[in-house]
Amino acid sequence: MSLLVVEDIHKKYGKEEVLKGVSFSLEKGETKVVIGPSGTGKSTLLRCINRLTPPDKGRVLLDGEDVTHPKSNINKLRAQMGFVFQDFNLFAHLTALGNVRLGPMKVKGMKKDAATKLAMEELARVGLADKADAYPAQLSGGQQQRVSIARALAMSPKLILFDEPTSALDPELIGEVLTVMIELAKEGMTMLVVSHEMGFARSVADEIIFMEHGVIVEQGPPDQLFNAPKHARTGEFLHKITELYGETA
Amino acid sequence: MGPPPVARGEAPFPERGTPIAGISVIIRSLPDLLRATILNIELLLALITVGLVVGTVVALLEVYGGRGLRYLAMGYEWVFRSIPALVLLILFYFGLSEFGINLSPFLAATLALGFRSSSYQSQIFRGAIQALPHGQMQAARSVGLSRTQAIRHVILPQAFRLAIPAWSNEFSSVVKDTTLAYAVGLNEVLRHARFIMVRHYNLAMLAYITVALIFFVLTYTGNRWLGWLEKRLRIPGLEARGGGTL
Amino acid sequence: MELVFEWNWLPQLANGLVITIEITVICIAIGIVLGLLLAMARVYGSRWLSLPAAIYIQFFRGTPLLVQLFLVYFGLPTWGISLPPILSGILALGLNTAAYQAEYFRGAIQAVRGGQLMAARSVGMSLPQAIRYVILPQALRIVIPSWSNELILMLKYTSIVYMVTVLDLMGTGYRIAARNFRYFEVFIVVALFYLALVFIVTQLLRLLERKVHIPGLGAGARMEHH
Repeated sequence: MSLLVVEDIHKKYGKEEVLKGVSFSLEKGETKVVIGPSGTGKSTLLRCINRLTPPDKGRVLLDGEDVTHPKSNINKLRAQMGFVFQDFNLFAHLTALGNVRLGPMKVKGMKKDAATKLAMEELARVGLADKADAYPAQLSGGQQQRVSIARALAMSPKLILFDEPTSALDPELIGEVLTVMIELAKEGMTMLVVSHEMGFARSVADEIIFMEHGVIVEQGPPDQLFNAPKHARTGEFLHKITELYGETA
Repeated sequence: MGPPPVARGEAPFPERGTPIAGISVIIRSLPDLLRATILNIELLLALITVGLVVGTVVALLEVYGGRGLRYLAMGYEWVFRSIPALVLLILFYFGLSEFGINLSPFLAATLALGFRSSSYQSQIFRGAIQALPHGQMQAARSVGLSRTQAIRHVILPQAFRLAIPAWSNEFSSVVKDTTLAYAVGLNEVLRHARFIMVRHYNLAMLAYITVALIFFVLTYTGNRWLGWLEKRLRIPGLEARGGGTL
Repeated sequence: MELVFEWNWLPQLANGLVITIEITVICIAIGIVLGLLLAMARVYGSRWLSLPAAIYIQFFRGTPLLVQLFLVYFGLPTWGISLPPILSGILALGLNTAAYQAEYFRGAIQAVRGGQLMAARSVGMSLPQAIRYVILPQALRIVIPSWSNELILMLKYTSIVYMVTVLDLMGTGYRIAARNFRYFEVFIVVALFYLALVFIVTQLLRLLERKVHIPGLGAGARMEHH
């Protein structure tokens, strides 16, 4: 059974249909990267998966459990899925440590000492143990994003969803975040990443999904998409993107 | 009980030598005045607490409630903001006694002014909550927090801090409103000033200026304390964003 | 427990309502004139003007309205100035609202960007001209939200004049209730009168704001009250 199954997701905003029937699956340990022009619904797709935005039609199954079902225990399911935002969205009133241990304490009921220990471990994992007592405003963008990854990791999720994690960062700070993500992928974390970082996609992704106009145009291993794409559009887009963003790895 | 509107008799001619004698009378009455002021302070604390609790609930209903609750909350706000404080005081003190509910002046004033304050405070809190970026709630939910937990641990701690400046305004306003309890016979400081004035008619000016000064000190101290509180709770980087009407 | 209502309350209360409206209009007018003067003294005046203005504003905003009313009603006679109750009320309310309006006007004047004044002077206008033709038209639009708030507040605060025997809406209600002891019923009606009054005035103010609106000239003025 696949860890994550996305079945025929449709989503409309007003009159505009942003997702027109998207389906794919993710196995445990896999890393898939979703690419495509802006506005094609990639972020919406991620938010449908953890139901921050409920889809109009279709299902999402996490380890067999239906996330999209209205009666599901959504908090419990979300606790099993990590989500990293483009704008980090760290809790502004808490320190880095506070941010990371809030979930374990309140959702999983961990005691403060155990949660603090766990949080410090995750912060160390992303290289920010020394910044535990800093507030988000005192951290650089790259540091904030790494704390936000630690926050997701602290819940011991089955998979992590990344919504353009580096798009809001200054170029010099992108590297530190990608490094953490590459490490996670190597350690076997299941990841679904929406990104423009082609170098990352190429080196780490098991599969790249190319979306345009609300549908999946093509999906396959990086080599296939880069060297022998089945659709001309795929090739065009990849070419343009690699030109623009270069290959950062 | 309850004061009839005050009628004024013929003003006597000011006596010679009064100013100095007058000031000494005021100074001798100061302990009484200050003791009466404590009642104002107690009323202030009681009513502002009512306002805080009810105001938070109403604000949460307005931001997170379903349509029914939201309209209820908005209606509540509208009613308590449109009716003068004095009318509310009379309704709670005299009005309820018609139904056999006899509230003490203090309790009637606490409830009347408290509910009124709650409608202003709910506006303040609502503004603060809505000034927070949407991402905060989304991030809280993505970690698995329920909506209640998210409100309690992520939204409210930030919203309250954001609300402190606007809340200080409400506080200053409410400090002064405690004198309205005079209308339902509370033995607060304004009533005591009147006692002085009744005995020493020509000291009216001095007596009321003294009361005015007492309130000056109260308001100033209160605001200083709130400023200290704001600094103490300040979190680097947490300011009003988005320019909401705070 | 039976609730009683008598139709003859309505005309009496309506008379009181008229008094309330009259008092509000007059004291707000005093507030506008005096408030504008105070605001300009604070913004453009020398130390001799701006300091007394500041003290005035601090006093009337920092002390309770009821105390101010009693100061005028009981205090002034000891200086030989005896005003009829309704004038005492109007005076006290007028002096009070002037202080608040002064602050709102000051904020609005200062919100008009400095470049506006510079441009006006570069064209050759004198300071009074610049104020009249460039600063005030903008400031007066910016001030509308907070000023509207003040108007509504004043509408309600005029009720304190009942304490000095004025028969406004509140005073009339009190007199009726004191006779028949139906405080609850009478004051529910009084409350409804105020609700209606506030509602109508609010709608009118919205119309006003829309009518004088200039795109790009907005306001973020803070709301304050007594």
